[in-house]
Amino acid sequence: MIRLSRTASLVALIALPFAPALRAQDTTYRGITINGVYDPSHDKYTVVVLPVTGAFGDSVRAIVKRDLDFSDRFTLTPIDSSDPGALKNAGTAAGLNYPIFQHLGVQAIVQITPVPAGLHVALHDVTRGAVVNVKEFALAGNPMSRDWRQSIHQVSDEVTRWVTGQRGIASSRIAYLRGASIRVVDSDGASEITLPTDANGISPAWNPAATMIAYSTYGPSSRIVVMDLSTGQSRTLVGPTRNVNYSTPVFTPDGSRVVYTRAGETESDLYSIAVSGGATQRLTPGSRGVEESLPAVSPDGRRIVFVSNALGRPELYIMDSDGTSADVLTNYDFSEKNYRTDPDWSPDGRLIAYAERINDRFQIRTIPVTGGTPKLLTSEGQNEQPSWAPDARHLVFTSSRTGERQLWIMDTESGRVRQLTHSPGDRLPAWSARLGGSGGQ
Amino acid sequence: MRIQRIAALTLAVAGVVTLDACHKKPAPAPTPVAAPGPNQDSINAARERQRIADSIAAAQRRAADSAAAARSAADAAARAAEQARTALTAMVHFDYDKSDIRAEDQQILDAKVPVLQANPSVTIRVAGHTDERGSDEYNLALGQRRAAAVKAYLVQHGIADSRIETISYGEERPIAQGHDESAWSQNRRAEFEITAGGQTLKAP
Repeated sequence: MIRLSRTASLVALIALPFAPALRAQDTTYRGITINGVYDPSHDKYTVVVLPVTGAFGDSVRAIVKRDLDFSDRFTLTPIDSSDPGALKNAGTAAGLNYPIFQHLGVQAIVQITPVPAGLHVALHDVTRGAVVNVKEFALAGNPMSRDWRQSIHQVSDEVTRWVTGQRGIASSRIAYLRGASIRVVDSDGASEITLPTDANGISPAWNPAATMIAYSTYGPSSRIVVMDLSTGQSRTLVGPTRNVNYSTPVFTPDGSRVVYTRAGETESDLYSIAVSGGATQRLTPGSRGVEESLPAVSPDGRRIVFVSNALGRPELYIMDSDGTSADVLTNYDFSEKNYRTDPDWSPDGRLIAYAERINDRFQIRTIPVTGGTPKLLTSEGQNEQPSWAPDARHLVFTSSRTGERQLWIMDTESGRVRQLTHSPGDRLPAWSARLGGSGGQ
Repeated sequence: MRIQRIAALTLAVAGVVTLDACHKKPAPAPTPVAAPGPNQDSINAARERQRIADSIAAAQRRAADSAAAARSAADAAARAAEQARTALTAMVHFDYDKSDIRAEDQQILDAKVPVLQANPSVTIRVAGHTDERGSDEYNLALGQRRAAAVKAYLVQHGIADSRIETISYGEERPIAQGHDESAWSQNRRAEFEITAGGQTLKAP
């Protein structure tokens, strides 16, 4: 996952080949002209995806267009593909009539051409009237298969990086619980599969490479299980232990350990264990009658946010990853009625997303990891169990806004939401890193 | 057993009918005979058959009565076992977000103690459950806490720690499906399952 500081993001933005609409005074840096400061919450690039030829060209184009739309960083301009002649201009090298696109307010053009090896992708900067990026992408699997669609998502994410400086999230996936099954779906809602997990499996979590899922089982013989997605093989990592319930496993950001909850005879505590197994390490000192659970590890691996009822009601705490220096994070509006839970640490390290009960309904908030004023993100229905996308901008969560609990995705910058799943009772979503290699830029 | 009793009666009746049939059987022989008089042999034979039939019927009745007595004793034992089982598996309930044993539920747990003491080979599993409110995952810890609270109560009242296992289902197994306090109060519970020694429960 990316770890982008504010400074880093500014540097990345300065290197952008595209400038948002005219704004303020021009600033020159490294020979590239930008206009003003990019504001991710409002500025979107206007882009056209040209029609794609070939047997599955329409599908390729539809997937890329949808991926760019779902990134919430683009406005897609529809063009009339029945008259491609209007787009051509014999006077330019690429044959595109840039003045026409400029007239339509288009800033970037994505041109995808099927080639024997897969897809040739060119990005045109309309303002400069030039192709600024080209790359050939291999396509995996048979057309329309899960692997093939994943290849297209990776094209979309690279195009997003070419334009915005940050990779998109189309190549990520979401694991969640439907009934007694743990499922995995592409972040655009397609290519869904069911994993062969224990009937009492719950709380799926990804490793940072998105190659493994950890989950816990409840009821008799509760345990922590890790599953290798490439082989489908599962193994018990922790438990079963008599009179103990194991729950809420999460991987550390380096992928080497799993942090989980052990609810025993007198209390619940956080523990960790190497993914390869071995001795368990107790993290929270523990206190009789106090339940500590739902850990999420910071992107730098140094701290853990978790839920504890040490003050009587469930609140969020942050401690060092060795279990020391625990301090309450949600120290605003103390009340006997508080219930704050489901924390997830944003991949850029800045925010904790969580659910808070307000007037008997859970809603999603974010709060800076340094504490301070929380921001309310939802109000319709009940909204719970937020999980960050690798772009530290989108959240997947459960919402009952249609009357049934289903999975929804929100762009926390613009507030735009879309429904991911449509089956009643879907819950406990976990958003993976981008598939296929480095999670960074 | 009622069927057997009827069968015995049927047998007895059949015997009588057979006897009658023999007795009334017409003598078709046209040959002249001596004046008809009592045939002592046939009378004796009929009496003997009657005596045997009566003896069989009486034995059948005795067998039936003895079976009924045994049945009644078995029924009583089964009722006692059932009462013991009912006491052992009776649920207790909890207040919202609490794992304390409620005062009114203490007698439910108290009733389990003598049953467990009278049946030392019995082991039980206590499953803690929550209502649907609160965090799905935090509720797994709360369910475990409720089961542990029940176990602690029983251990305090003299039941060996090793005979009671605790598990949690969190909010994953509601018994009432509604979304109101009526359903929630039914779902905040601990359930009891006999994991060994349940076939021959003795009354305390």
